[in-house]
Amino acid sequence: MEATKTIKIYLYTRYERFWHWLQAFMIISLIVTGLEIHGTYKLFGFQTAVDIHNFVGLSWLILFAFFVFWLFTTGEWKQYLYYSWGIFQGKPHPVQKAKGAKHNPLQRLTYLGISAMLLPMQMVTGLLYYLYNDIPQILPLSVLAVIHTVIALFLLNFLIIHLYMTTTGHSIFSHIAGMITGWEEIYETTKIADWETQATKKE
Amino acid sequence: MNPRYFFKCCLTMMIITAFFCSFQAVFASTPENGEEALGRKLAKQAVKGSKRWSTTNHTKAAALNKNFTSGEEITKACISCHSEAATQFHKTIHWTWLASGDKSDMRYGKAGHSVNNFCISGNAMEDKGCLKCHTSWNKKGTNGEVNCLKCHNSSGFNFIEAFDDIKAFSEDTDPDTKAMVSDIQQEIKEAITQVTFPTRKNCGDCHFKGGGGDGVKHGDLDTSLTKPNRMLDVHMGTDGKNFSCTRCHTTVDHNIAGRIYTNPAVETRKSLIEDDLAPKITCVSCHSSEPHKTDSKMNDHTDVVSCQACHIPKFARVNPTKMWWDWSKAGKLKEGKPYHEEGPYGKNVYKSIKGEFKWEKNVVPEYFWFNGSLTSTTADDVIDPAQIVKVSHPVGDKTDPEARIFPFKIHRGKQPYDKVNKKLLAPMLSGENGYWTTFDMNDAIEHGNKALGIPYSGEFDYVETTYAFPITHMVAPKENALNCTQCHIRENSRLANITGLYMPGRDKSNLFDTIGWISVIGALAGVLLHGLGRFFTRNGKES
Repeated sequence: MEATKTIKIYLYTRYERFWHWLQAFMIISLIVTGLEIHGTYKLFGFQTAVDIHNFVGLSWLILFAFFVFWLFTTGEWKQYLYYSWGIFQGKPHPVQKAKGAKHNPLQRLTYLGISAMLLPMQMVTGLLYYLYNDIPQILPLSVLAVIHTVIALFLLNFLIIHLYMTTTGHSIFSHIAGMITGWEEIYETTKIADWETQATKKE
Repeated sequence: MNPRYFFKCCLTMMIITAFFCSFQAVFASTPENGEEALGRKLAKQAVKGSKRWSTTNHTKAAALNKNFTSGEEITKACISCHSEAATQFHKTIHWTWLASGDKSDMRYGKAGHSVNNFCISGNAMEDKGCLKCHTSWNKKGTNGEVNCLKCHNSSGFNFIEAFDDIKAFSEDTDPDTKAMVSDIQQEIKEAITQVTFPTRKNCGDCHFKGGGGDGVKHGDLDTSLTKPNRMLDVHMGTDGKNFSCTRCHTTVDHNIAGRIYTNPAVETRKSLIEDDLAPKITCVSCHSSEPHKTDSKMNDHTDVVSCQACHIPKFARVNPTKMWWDWSKAGKLKEGKPYHEEGPYGKNVYKSIKGEFKWEKNVVPEYFWFNGSLTSTTADDVIDPAQIVKVSHPVGDKTDPEARIFPFKIHRGKQPYDKVNKKLLAPMLSGENGYWTTFDMNDAIEHGNKALGIPYSGEFDYVETTYAFPITHMVAPKENALNCTQCHIRENSRLANITGLYMPGRDKSNLFDTIGWISVIGALAGVLLHGLGRFFTRNGKES
């Protein structure tokens, strides 16, 4: 491949970036404190770890409610429907805007799996765990705890791969830079459909 | 800069700052300051105005203003006003030494078939050595008169010795002796009027010295509690609340609240708000079942963990307690004479008359599910000598709504059992036929079991046994309560043997943990290999 010219496109809105980094911070602190509570190592001390874990977990739930609100008010939810079903039927993209082309299909499936399965499961089991003494005990604590732990480890697995994948852009830090500034450099030759580029190509 | 953009930036910064600052709020709210825990508040209210008062001044009581020549006469004087006292008392376990309170049911009690792994049996009150602690005059047991002063006199005066002296001098006509007798009489008269609700010393004279000496039996009851500081017992501390025993061990008709052999002290935990006449024997009585600060995780523990489990981190914190008693080593003599050997803490580790002992101080309790009842293996129950026999053991498990995880002193030892009948044996110890005189165990068992009316085959051996004491006294100040990781930890958890529940930090699923960690390590390995591949192939580019 000959050296190609790169162009910058505005890929992530300020809100999306804020949400991404806040979520990153919360997931990492939840994993770090969660593993301490699980007895894997000693870091903050059990009680502090529990306090942080509960606080961040509950904050996340509240922020997630805002996120869902955002999804519905902006119409972004349509993407999820499309990625989970329509894309396989070769249907055209429902939202005729370039922001829809943020990810490739493999990324789309991965993020769908994470956001549609693992994270909600983690939130539900976490909330049931937190409220274990205050609500009817549907599942024994051992089952909740085991599910909560194993999903946490799967998320750690995702985190590792995710971190690595950010280095596979056209330069090692270009993806990370994109998530910080919103602007990402891509090769101009990258084939993208018209509807994906129109609005974003920097003039 | 666009003012609208600037405004948005500021707003975002403020939200982020607020988010991080709110951490501070969480951590700052844990320490002492601010709101008082409900349990403290309620308990403080419950003990307000605790000063006791009486309408009687015993120094003015005519019935007591005379010369007494025997204990029994004093009792008659007491009963001349307190007409029902002895009748009530005769029905209590303090008098009958039977859990049933009735001689037709001998199953449980010091005077019944109950045994322990200390001096083993009371031999139906035939072993007179035990009767030193019976609430009768002159070791007469239930045939005698109630000694009211044992519990209701604060003078500390030795009435029995005084009456023995008077009796010894009664025939003497020497004027000096007569003067002495009248002095003693005067002393008795003065001592007698010091009538009191039972003090810590009254109860402690027997209960601190159970098993034949200070701290032998309970581990959470010894003479250090006569005048404890609040570090030793936050309720009884003379520099704190200064509670007497009866502050919690409340009484109805001379029946004193507390566990009696297999019977729990109370069937259910009730606070005084739920039932103002309930015995104050449980922590919940005054502190409620949600005693910690609102939203404290500790309040979520109280349906499973007893208060004692965390608030009594160790027992025998001042005086040592006996943890091991091996009767099979008893009977060794030096030049034909019994001897004893002193060990750590200035306590005997061997006594010819009793065997080998081990003493410990600052003991970490063992924990079991406990619904307030204890199993009790009596001298009439069949045992399995191939196993360690649990002479007394807590009852309960996770499924029992009244059961809590509770701390115990487990006293271990070896004691004689009948090889043929497979029952624990009850040797007679004191008296002319007792082991302490004859050093003949077989003969002592013959006499002891005969007193209980339980046949003995004539063949005995020793079996290892355990005896469980619930630990409930010596409650430490709250700053000394256990922290999370005494229990919520993978290795050496205090609750390592507790089953029926999942404890974060202690428990994990080996299978699912392995699956999870394999996925994590797999990801790491994959990423590493892929990264190396990219490095060496320079991302597939030609240089």
